[in-house]
Amino acid sequence: MTTKADLDKALFEGLCRLGDSTLVLGHRVSEWCGLAPVLEEDIALANVALDLIGQTQLWLGLAAEVEGKGRDADELAFRRDVWEFRNLLLVERPNGDFGHTLMRQFLFDAWHQPMLKALEGSGDSRIAGIAAKAGREVAYHLERSADLVIRLGDGTEESHARMQAALDRLWPYTGEMMAGDSTDAALAEAGIMAAPDSIRPVWDALVAEVLGEATLKAPESTFMHKGGKQGQHSEHLGHMLATMQWLQRAYPDATW
Amino acid sequence: MYAQMVTSEATNDDPAKLVAFQARIDAGEKIEPKDWMPEGYRKTLIRQIGQHAHSEIVGQLPEGNWITRAPTLERKAILLAKVQDEAGHGLYLYCAAETLGVSRDELTEALLSGKMKYSSIFNYPTLTWADMGAVGWLVDGAAIMNQVPLQRTSFGPYARAMVRICKEESFHQRQGYDIMMKMAFGTPAQKAMAQDALNRFWYPSLMMFGPSDKDSVHSAQSMAWKIKMNTNDELRQKFVDQTVPQAEYLGLTIPDPAVKWNEDKGGYDFSEPDWSEFFEVIKGNGPCNAERLEARQKAWDDGAWFRDGLMAHASKRATAKVAAE
Ligand SMILES: [Fe+2]
Ligand SMILES: [Fe+2]
Repeated sequence: MTTKADLDKALFEGLCRLGDSTLVLGHRVSEWCGLAPVLEEDIALANVALDLIGQTQLWLGLAAEVEGKGRDADELAFRRDVWEFRNLLLVERPNGDFGHTLMRQFLFDAWHQPMLKALEGSGDSRIAGIAAKAGREVAYHLERSADLVIRLGDGTEESHARMQAALDRLWPYTGEMMAGDSTDAALAEAGIMAAPDSIRPVWDALVAEVLGEATLKAPESTFMHKGGKQGQHSEHLGHMLATMQWLQRAYPDATW
Repeated sequence: MYAQMVTSEATNDDPAKLVAFQARIDAGEKIEPKDWMPEGYRKTLIRQIGQHAHSEIVGQLPEGNWITRAPTLERKAILLAKVQDEAGHGLYLYCAAETLGVSRDELTEALLSGKMKYSSIFNYPTLTWADMGAVGWLVDGAAIMNQVPLQRTSFGPYARAMVRICKEESFHQRQGYDIMMKMAFGTPAQKAMAQDALNRFWYPSLMMFGPSDKDSVHSAQSMAWKIKMNTNDELRQKFVDQTVPQAEYLGLTIPDPAVKWNEDKGGYDFSEPDWSEFFEVIKGNGPCNAERLEARQKAWDDGAWFRDGLMAHASKRATAKVAAE
């Protein structure tokens, strides 16, 4: 039998998984500021990053509330270390070229959108509310990233090759999004969050359709990395946090 | 300013047409892209609007330098939104320039080759978080001084771009001053950073208006055409008069002992910046000129495959559509 305390613990984990993923991806996208291939992309990337940072404030804000230890979203974002982060490995992948950045966004959006749709039906009205708001933003992210993957996959020889290379490199990080563990199971059973594997059919269909139109091929290998959701990250995350958290860590008594 | 020392172009047009054109401007009419205009008017405007657009684009970099280190989620979001606005300003202005017959790609290439300039201010580094405050407060503050009157400029597309831009600039200045307040009223280290930022940005901000142009024929022509609305000295004085009390409120010291209220002129006295430094920066010898241009060049070069890919896809689609019809 799951006690209320156990369930709250699982809920805190589940909310950190969502909020840390939007935080880390939002941060990665914001690294492009001023450096995108065209001005319209600078503006679009900033939009995506802004949405993701806004969603982070909501998810981590709720996580802090559920935890009930007097922390807030900023404290969770800026004062936890690598092993306490629960984001997906996919989103901490470095930006690489613009093709990598777009492919990472698409593979994530194709999961994020149906996941939020499912979370709109959460038995916890706070989660359903955040999911509904975020869902409207993410529907647009998906439309944009899918469209660009198609246009660049079916563009020049070079753009095709770059998109295929990005897909090959990022593919092994996609499985984690749909792989559940005991935390996910507890939350699904309580009707609070959707089980990750319930997203699989939608994700598969969407990705197959877009890759087909883009003339890109998903790798055959079924090997998938995992661990991000449990706090086992790649080397890249620590460097990101060193940058992101530096001011808060260097001047712990300051308010900003 | 964002467009500094724009030299006006000579015009060899029909004198009767010139008189009629000047009469339209004097009557406060807006000149639209399809209207007849003197060649010099067109060329001067391209130079001025182009330089302004480039400043918005290069201006993303010194603030972009701190987006990944912003200290809270809210500060990160505000700064991102601000830098995104600057990209939007660049876009409006390139569009305004395009109505004069020059493409965005041509202007970009002129920036990268060094043929066109951007504001000297963006060649200074942003070293601490307080610089995000100082840039919003002083740099956007100085930009507003110039841009508010330009809402009445004679060229329609430029004036309309300025109206949109000015709405956002005042938010930029407020968020900068808000950071400054947090810093100036914060811990001793924060206060020290705030003073240091003011020390470094004060004179470069004064330089934004350009050297005195009260005797410049170029400025006189631009003012007659209403593509420049005030002299550089007028705007600089207004900026100082606005900024000194704001610094006092913050408890910060303007790094110029000569700053003193002058009852007779109804404004503050202040020292001129070191104009030899300004001319070095304009020539390319500022602290960050090389980095700024390298960053823009890299973005342009690295993005070539992306732009080509989109074009190729569009033409495939167009061909497929024709074939299907
Ligand atoms: Fe601007
Ligand atoms: Fe601005």
